[in-house]
Amino acid sequence: MKGWPLGKKDADLERELRADLDLEEEEQRERGLSQQDAHDAARRAFGNPTLIREQTRAVWAWNRLESLTRDLRYGVRTLGRSPGFTLIAIVVMALGIGANVALFTVVHSVLLKPLPYRNPGRLALLYEADNSQRHASPWLPVDAGSFWDWQRSTQSLAQMAMLSPFQGYNVSAEGGKLPEVVEAAWCTNNFLSLLGVQPMLGRAFTADDDRPGAPATAIITAGFWKRRYASDPAIAGKTIWLDAKPYTIIGVLPPTFVYSGAFGGNADQVWTPVSHEAPAWLLKTYGDHEFQVVARLAPGVSLTTLASRLVALQRQIKAAHPDPAVHPGVIARSILDDAVHNYKTPLYALLAATGCVLLIACMNVAGLLVARAAARSKEFAIRTALGGGRMRLIRERLIESLLLSVAGGALGLLLAWGSLQWLMHARTDMNRVEAIRFDLVAAAFTVGVIVLCALFSGLISALSSGRGSVLAGLQESGRSSSSGRSRALLRRGLLTLEVALTVVLLSGAGLLLRSFERLRSSDLGVPTRNVLTLRLGLPDARYGLDTQKVAFFERLIESVRALPGVSAAGLVSAAPGEGWNGDNLMSIVEHPPLPKGQGLDFMLRGADPGYFAAIGLPILQGRTFQQNERLDRANVVLISRGAAQLFFPGENPIGQHVREINGSGVWQVIGVVGDVRWNIAQPPNPTLYWPIYGNGYSFATIVVRAPHDVESLAVPIQKAVAQLDPDLPVSSVMTLREAIGKSTIDSAFDSVLVVAFAIIALILAAAGLYGVLAYLAEQRRVEFGIRLALGAQRNALLSLLLFDGLKPALLGLLIGLPASAALVRLIQSMLYQTQPFDPLVFGAVAGLLLFVAIAACLAPAWSAARLDPIKALRTE
Amino acid sequence: MSSITKRAEQQSAKLLQGTLDMLILRTLLFGAAHGHQIGKHIQKTTNDFLQMQHGSLYPALHRLEKRGWVVSKWETAPDRNREFKYYRLTEKGRKQLVVEESQWKQMIAAVARVMGAAVEES
Repeated sequence: MKGWPLGKKDADLERELRADLDLEEEEQRERGLSQQDAHDAARRAFGNPTLIREQTRAVWAWNRLESLTRDLRYGVRTLGRSPGFTLIAIVVMALGIGANVALFTVVHSVLLKPLPYRNPGRLALLYEADNSQRHASPWLPVDAGSFWDWQRSTQSLAQMAMLSPFQGYNVSAEGGKLPEVVEAAWCTNNFLSLLGVQPMLGRAFTADDDRPGAPATAIITAGFWKRRYASDPAIAGKTIWLDAKPYTIIGVLPPTFVYSGAFGGNADQVWTPVSHEAPAWLLKTYGDHEFQVVARLAPGVSLTTLASRLVALQRQIKAAHPDPAVHPGVIARSILDDAVHNYKTPLYALLAATGCVLLIACMNVAGLLVARAAARSKEFAIRTALGGGRMRLIRERLIESLLLSVAGGALGLLLAWGSLQWLMHARTDMNRVEAIRFDLVAAAFTVGVIVLCALFSGLISALSSGRGSVLAGLQESGRSSSSGRSRALLRRGLLTLEVALTVVLLSGAGLLLRSFERLRSSDLGVPTRNVLTLRLGLPDARYGLDTQKVAFFERLIESVRALPGVSAAGLVSAAPGEGWNGDNLMSIVEHPPLPKGQGLDFMLRGADPGYFAAIGLPILQGRTFQQNERLDRANVVLISRGAAQLFFPGENPIGQHVREINGSGVWQVIGVVGDVRWNIAQPPNPTLYWPIYGNGYSFATIVVRAPHDVESLAVPIQKAVAQLDPDLPVSSVMTLREAIGKSTIDSAFDSVLVVAFAIIALILAAAGLYGVLAYLAEQRRVEFGIRLALGAQRNALLSLLLFDGLKPALLGLLIGLPASAALVRLIQSMLYQTQPFDPLVFGAVAGLLLFVAIAACLAPAWSAARLDPIKALRTE
Repeated sequence: MSSITKRAEQQSAKLLQGTLDMLILRTLLFGAAHGHQIGKHIQKTTNDFLQMQHGSLYPALHRLEKRGWVVSKWETAPDRNREFKYYRLTEKGRKQLVVEESQWKQMIAAVARVMGAAVEES
């Protein structure tokens, strides 16, 4: 009885038995028996001491626990006896559980957890809507004119705040700090109080700060405060130079504050009052849409009520302002929906994919356990024959699978932790990525998944092993010429499902990969190799006059072109792939006038004469700007081929004129250039290029082309900028390729992950196919031996086994293909120029699966067909 | 078939166990005793009819102790100069004895009625 942690109680029992046994022996001796006879008689009268000890121990309270620990030890020992199986099962479980825990944590933290505002369920985002189809998304930003009207007429229904989260400032070098560009937001003074956020230092904006003539004020985020001001506790009241103008920092936002809207904002570091910052015309117009609107619904008011009131209101606004730039509709959604709308489908799709992987992993482990049960059927039969209870056997199996899934779960947690860390660093662009926490709910989910896995895989194997009768079990293992089929049937059923799930995953992965590949290879319109872009903006405080800006731009581009290694350089207001960056409604002077309320929508770009050559955009017709076409002579434009085809069908656009709908500017068309994309995932828009020297541009992207190693030019160019103006920060320094990579990160992320899951599933399914066929072949060794001895053809045997093994794969494929055809429709919104039913993808999936299945089945079938009949028969 | 036999065995074991518990409690009614004494006493009073092995007493004793019907203490025996583990009836044990006794009597009566009828019939 060594090694049992029974201690005192056991010693006590031992002493009691010893005392009473000694007494019995003494009494026997007193009756005149010899020493030896007395000893024997006492033993006889007493009974088997080991049995007594065990029976007594069974009475003790912690016996149940003790038997559990015994079963656990037994389970560990059994698993330890087949380390290969154990390791595979644990790794399989870890992959499944880890991926699920990670994805669940992300889904729960990002999509489901409420935003960190007061009563966030009552907050909503309001957008304008347009019935035209020319916008990539139906959620259009709001103009200030409409906002003031909305706010005035719905005071009883909701409070409203307006913000523009996509602003930016140049922060000047001051006190030894470097100049930098910060992302910033303008907001109405009630914005923070509407969200229910209090600055942790200083105060919030007041109506007095939020007017055109007020002293300049700014609120900074905790991150910015920590980074740039080393958490200076006396920051409130200090001055920060934004766009070369002094602002008083009046407050610091709490570290938990983040604004994650559909139009960005999660990287905003400086907040300023909108009425002080925005130009007066922008605050009055109905035609320029630069804002988002947040509303807090009054108690008892539903979002639909508010939205329907606003729809009616906007219709009146549109009637009063029939300008084509005024939007006719309003749509609304909850603030959480707004923040995570773009991530919903991908994240749920990924969660579904990991769910499939886990299911496959469980089935694989169940399959392995069934196979083990088959191998141990003799042991089980003997144990049952000797009186081992069925429940006890089932419990043992469950404990075995519990051990596997707990170990897998522990390893999976590590995996999940690692992948979450990676995600939080790799996807800082994602809204709410900062909210990802492994919390109690995620912990509960982990435990649940572990228990479910244990039950699923354990019960399947336990039930499968308990079915046959004891006698059959003993006989079967004694003589096994045709046997073990029922268990194989169960495993094949599992495998069929596994293959079907794998097909679904592979199809989804194939579609995403194809979509990503299309996206990556879609033509930006210009060669993307060895092009570097750098962005800068000139503050009005120092470069107030157009002549000052133009003079700076000219000196800048000259000094960049003079740098060694630069083969060409140009200036543009926004490089290809760099975003929307402004459009305007135009009409063509030479054409008959357009009906009232209509206009031709051109995307606008400012460019210097050398831009087209530098970026590699071909001039198809006409010429580029001349050096003297600048400032007041900057009334010439080049248009894109798309614009020429759309707006000048069958005409020569050269020499014709375009006129602003809302204004008096007129420009002459002097050339036609190729099409470029403003966003890699969007088709090219009709575009109009006018001279950046003039037309009021205060920001520009420097485009630099070099024969090789263009990245190495970044520092010399930044130095050249600093020589011209040491306060001027340069931002977004990256190659064109990097920029494209950044804008396709969503697609890359989703497709890489789903492909990874699909590959795991495929490997698991292949392992399953191999395992079942190897088992079947082993079971039928003797049968094959007899067949071969009787003259069966080896090739016939090979194809027989191969077909046998492939059956689950074929059946799974038959189930999986229609299932995936139905399911991939759910991820349609994630696909770029790819139809959900892409015959190439589905064909490739079927081909790949069959190939892998054949490869997995070939080895066991081959070795069975190569069997030496003599040896096989001798094993009997 | 086998399961039916098993169930019957289990039931008889339960019956015997209950009876043994009662006998032990009854024995302890006379005062504290250690395992050996209890065994000897039951054997003697049944005129050696219950030829049980003393060992089967210990699981029963520990069960009774766990239920709080008896308590145990190591004490020196008056006739031997050694310590034995003495068991003593508790108040709860006394009540339990009453319950078991009445159940036992009911059972005897029931069995007697059946057997009596059987005797009359034959």
